Amino acid sequence: MPKRTDIEKILLIGSGPIVIGQAAEFDYSGVQACKVLLEEGYEVILVNSNPATIMTDPEFATATYVEPLLPGPVARIIEKERPDALLPTLGGQTALNVAMALHEDGTLERFGVELIGADETAIRRAEDREEFRRTMEEAGLRIPWSMTVGSLAEVDAALSDGRITLPAIVRPAFTLGGQGGGVGESETELRQVVSEGLAASPINQVLVEESVIGWGEFELEVMRDRNDNVVIVCSIENMDPMGVHTGDSVTVAPAQTLTDRLYQELRDQAIKVIRAVGVETGGSNIQFAVDPESGDIAVIEMNPRVSRSSALASKATGFPIAKMAAKLAVGYALEEIPNDITRATPASFEPTIDYVVTKVPRFAFEKFPGATGRLSTHMQSVGEVMAIGRTFRESFAKAMRSRELDTPAEPPAEEEGLLEAIAVPCAERFDLILEAFRRGIGIEAVHERCLVDRWFLRELQALASDGDGTEGLARTYKSVDTCAAEFEAATPYYYSAYERPSGAGSEVRRGERPSVVILGAGPNRIGQGIEFDYCCVHAAMTVRESGRDAVMVNCNPETVSTDYDTSDRLYFEPLTIEDVLAVCEQERPEGVIVQFGGQTPLKLAGALERAGVPLLGTRPGGASPVAAIDRAEDRGRFGALLQGLGVKHPPYATALSAEEAAMVAERVGFPLLVRPSYVLGGRAMEICYSSENLAAYLKANAKADPEHPLFLDHFLEGAIEIDVDALADGESVHVAGIMQHVEEAGVHSGDSACVLPPMSLGEEMLDEIRATTERIALELGVVGLINIQYAVAGGELYVIEANPRASRTVPFVSKATGTPLAKVATRLLLGESLADQDLGRAPDGHVSVKEAVLPFARFAGVDSVLGPEMKSTGEVMGIAADFPTAFAKAQAAAGVKLPLEGSVFITVTDTDKPAATQLAARFHDLGFEVIATGGTAQSISAMGVPVTRINKLGEGSPHVVDLIREKRCDLVINTPTGSGARADGQAIRTAAVRHGIPCVTTMTGASAAARAIAAQKEGAAPVLSLQEIHGIRVASSAPGNA
Amino acid sequence: MSAGYLLLEDGARFDGELCAHREPVTGEVVFNTAMTGYQESVTDPSYAGQIVVFTYPLIGNYGVSAEAMESDRVHARGVVMREAKNGEDVASAEGGWLDWLDDCGTPGISGVDTRALVRHIRDRGAMRGGIFAAAVPEAEARERIAAEPSMAGADLARTVTPPEPVRFEGDGPHVVGIDTGVKLNIVRELRQRGCRLTLLPCTSSAEQVLAEDPDVVFLANGPGDPGALDYVVDTVRELVGVKPLFGICLGHQLLCRAVGLETFKLPFGHRGANHPVKELASGRIDITSQNHGFAVRGPGGEPRIEADEPVRWETDFGAAELSHLNLYDRTVEGLVLRDVAAATVQYHPEAGPGPHDARHLFDGFLELAHA
Repeated sequence: MPKRTDIEKILLIGSGPIVIGQAAEFDYSGVQACKVLLEEGYEVILVNSNPATIMTDPEFATATYVEPLLPGPVARIIEKERPDALLPTLGGQTALNVAMALHEDGTLERFGVELIGADETAIRRAEDREEFRRTMEEAGLRIPWSMTVGSLAEVDAALSDGRITLPAIVRPAFTLGGQGGGVGESETELRQVVSEGLAASPINQVLVEESVIGWGEFELEVMRDRNDNVVIVCSIENMDPMGVHTGDSVTVAPAQTLTDRLYQELRDQAIKVIRAVGVETGGSNIQFAVDPESGDIAVIEMNPRVSRSSALASKATGFPIAKMAAKLAVGYALEEIPNDITRATPASFEPTIDYVVTKVPRFAFEKFPGATGRLSTHMQSVGEVMAIGRTFRESFAKAMRSRELDTPAEPPAEEEGLLEAIAVPCAERFDLILEAFRRGIGIEAVHERCLVDRWFLRELQALASDGDGTEGLARTYKSVDTCAAEFEAATPYYYSAYERPSGAGSEVRRGERPSVVILGAGPNRIGQGIEFDYCCVHAAMTVRESGRDAVMVNCNPETVSTDYDTSDRLYFEPLTIEDVLAVCEQERPEGVIVQFGGQTPLKLAGALERAGVPLLGTRPGGASPVAAIDRAEDRGRFGALLQGLGVKHPPYATALSAEEAAMVAERVGFPLLVRPSYVLGGRAMEICYSSENLAAYLKANAKADPEHPLFLDHFLEGAIEIDVDALADGESVHVAGIMQHVEEAGVHSGDSACVLPPMSLGEEMLDEIRATTERIALELGVVGLINIQYAVAGGELYVIEANPRASRTVPFVSKATGTPLAKVATRLLLGESLADQDLGRAPDGHVSVKEAVLPFARFAGVDSVLGPEMKSTGEVMGIAADFPTAFAKAQAAAGVKLPLEGSVFITVTDTDKPAATQLAARFHDLGFEVIATGGTAQSISAMGVPVTRINKLGEGSPHVVDLIREKRCDLVINTPTGSGARADGQAIRTAAVRHGIPCVTTMTGASAAARAIAAQKEGAAPVLSLQEIHGIRVASSAPGNA
Repeated sequence: MSAGYLLLEDGARFDGELCAHREPVTGEVVFNTAMTGYQESVTDPSYAGQIVVFTYPLIGNYGVSAEAMESDRVHARGVVMREAKNGEDVASAEGGWLDWLDDCGTPGISGVDTRALVRHIRDRGAMRGGIFAAAVPEAEARERIAAEPSMAGADLARTVTPPEPVRFEGDGPHVVGIDTGVKLNIVRELRQRGCRLTLLPCTSSAEQVLAEDPDVVFLANGPGDPGALDYVVDTVRELVGVKPLFGICLGHQLLCRAVGLETFKLPFGHRGANHPVKELASGRIDITSQNHGFAVRGPGGEPRIEADEPVRWETDFGAAELSHLNLYDRTVEGLVLRDVAAATVQYHPEAGPGPHDARHLFDGFLELAHA
């Protein structure tokens, strides 16, 4: 009895926007699940608010809803679609939470929807700390004790009756980043740390728990089927011992330091955990702490769903956990599912690997001045890389070079300083450890500080002194096959290995078809996220459709692009020039696509071209992509190009020294947008309003010198910013999408909400934008995609910049217009002409809004103000018949809880005061209480709008931060002053972020929010599938649906 | 480290560095796919006469310790690795892996492209080979390999069986084992269950076995070709129906031969810790530890069992049933006799190394004592 026939329609919930802790891995798992369920003949109803996902491509579901992942909208989808079952285990914590909410509010029962994969009891047992503890204890498993404490007296009592044992860890409640926490080794020390923690906690509460700091951290990926058969897919060892979130740890698979005896004990416990929690079918991630001295084991936690670690385990072993989880959820048993890779053996086995896998996280602390950079038990990394090598050193070195760091670590010069730095878990910890070994510091000295297992330290010491051990060996490619070569592998998933030159040669198998190499985007980071992977996946699909072999090169384990069935051949390799050239050497491709992976492949394009590798997009005798990139990026040449076309651009200058910058600043004219020449996502970009501002910027950021010139642009204040994505074949151009930013120019385009079609541009201006785009694209000789940013100020159109490559808005435009831009662009790159493409027609009557999702809540003490430096990690989309409703959906999807009633606190800079009074009137009309500080209150009051005045910070309590802390306001509108003191504003915004009160920092954003609130008060917006919006017929859907 | 190479009888050569004992050695070259348990493997008597290739590339990570011994010595003739480690950093380590191998006189070669080697063996079958110093000419190496007797037809049990009975006291049932090369973890499992255990030389007669007054007779694991052990099979035939029997690995093959089944050499054997075995009656699947180069044919002589239910047929001892199946290649993994008390499995419920899924079998085996 394999699959269930009593269900026909399955609702799958995605994970929403990319945020820290929940990234592309859930697109990877969701895509696998969608494919499996459709193949099995089920109707799939998908809901996910993230447009930059492959899973929300209309062909991956019967009906695809880009709607907020909140109980309300999902309930409306359930009411409309009437699914038989809900599969909640593939969309991360978000999907589990929504599913639980729908269970608790009775929606699932009302519409007869069954939870499959994990039911509510299992989810609660795994997620609720106390239930989990009880379940583990009943199963005879050990879990570190923990207790919530509100006073020193409670600590004393618990110490005396043995409920607290030492050492113990103290974590104050509600202080981000573990401020005020610490370890109590003795009773005296514990009392001191607790009293400090109580003081630091806003609610005077601390969590005291058993210290397992310094214990080894291990994870097991477990799968269970309906017959109660359980397999362990992979073991993962964290190089950082307990105390650092596994998402922030450098991790290695399989576990390296466990004896067989200890590993089998972990395995036994993992099986007990999944059975006790009662996950009936599917995958779970179980984390353990192991005392390296005694071998004692403690269960730390379990995730009753696929996770970041399960994606890693899938990529590490070749065992597709999400695909299996979907099959198990609909009734298959493991033994009934063939192993995809060997095809001849069943999935009811445990993968064994003959290589070492290293995962290294990628951080973005440089984006968040004020963040401590100290790693702890809450995750702060924004992406990760994985590398495969035949030895640990090879694998580790590969992973480290896969990170593509912008700036290398700067180790302290003194030995003691270096050792102190190593003692604190931080982004560069392993760079520092390698440096320590290069300086001849011994293993024990390093171990004492960081507690990283000596086995790893010995390897790192060898890496530091002798390199990665590949000297004298030759590069070859080996397969990932789940079985250590015991069976023949059918799936072409490769990694480079170094073996004796006389050896057997590469395992790469290929047929006669020409191949096209697609270079991926590497690790997710702020400014280069899942959008680029989306484009690469579309490129692979299109290359395959064209009768060529698609060859993917990427090192990001979270992604769909590194799923082994996305391409014909996958090389899991770093995106450095050496590694990529080696793949090209192996493949001898017809061409390489560099346009889709963001900056990562673009940086390689020149070197690839020089090495004689053909780049797709080069016209016979025409400009190559490299030439177009160079011309667009070189400000002098691009300026000349624009002048030649008679197109305006803001005045600018380039400075090779601080003095020169100060000198040219006046000529260009304040305000100035200042940035270093090489930037990704607007790094170190700032708006300077005065020469004092500029001096401060130069002091803090820029070493302007001939090697690193500084760019100064006149900043068009109050301009409307426009983003355009267009397709070109060298002869003609198709403007695919014109997006208007909701925030005014000055906010990085990646952080700004935008709307398609544009809301406030006349037809004449739109025509000018189209015509200008066409001329620039043709002049640059672009083949494929180009993104141009414009500003409209005083009725004039200015070009800000042009990028002849896929932009991060490509997926959004594709979803909004129904035209798959990256696929069409790939066809153009393969030599087809634009005239031959079916470009569809944008749907009438729909407005799409993209909103950025920001990670401020992750970083204590970081200002949440938006500016020219990009800070968002992901995006969501709202689609509706009108702008306010679409904007409201996008806000809800981004986690901004716009209030429908209550009070709004408004405090704005002087220049915004006229607009603010209008805004206040609007909120008053909507029934809100308006609260403001001195100046703003006066202006509002003068207009006859009732306003409650509140003290500024400096005016004493109760002041505005008290107001926020006590949650006496429901919305904060705070625009930062262009220059001068920002302290008040920052305190307000930080308090709002900490207490979860929506905070709008631009006037245009506030105005859109007011309109959205007004729209929401009219009633819940209807839910629409992409298939309905774009008029797509889906073969597998029943009549009347979609 | 000094240069060395592994040569196979078909002429394939794999270079590396000698990293433990330096004497040349020959044997049957087989591979094991477990990622842990290297010390347990090389001390498993079933590896007698064999050179073990570990597919996991890093071997020796956690050193060696007394508790990981599966017998009193190393039985593998040699060890082939991609990267050998000699550290003792793990708390339980009592010595370094390479130092210990050297002390035990076991040659090792590292730096070998073990994956290429395993693919070669997978495609062409396990074969004889040897580990040699680079200075040894290939012609000489070839001669040495040719002089190595073939595994097919080899009686290696005699080389690992104890010369005298070995006795362990206990209050539980008396288990008398015909010791063709027992692993210590089997002894540990039985003793944990309170058994009194007597291990007899494999040449013991049925009379000698019965003279020990067993509650249950145990047929041990061990090396070599079961087809070369007719003298043990004859003993077993005299015991079936007289005393309850259980057996593991080679012991399973011997009982199967005793009830009339044939054994055959697998192309490259089953050696690892991840083989799925299905108990046909219940559908339960255990992930098992395996180490065998020979397997049992079905009652019709078939190497693969296509049925998904227990296969029943009549034997000289009444009804028999093939009870377990390997889901990788559908070879026989278990036998139960229905009219007399006897049950055996091809895999290793005692683990050591490997998963513990099948440990429950020992309880079932000991229930036979009351049958």
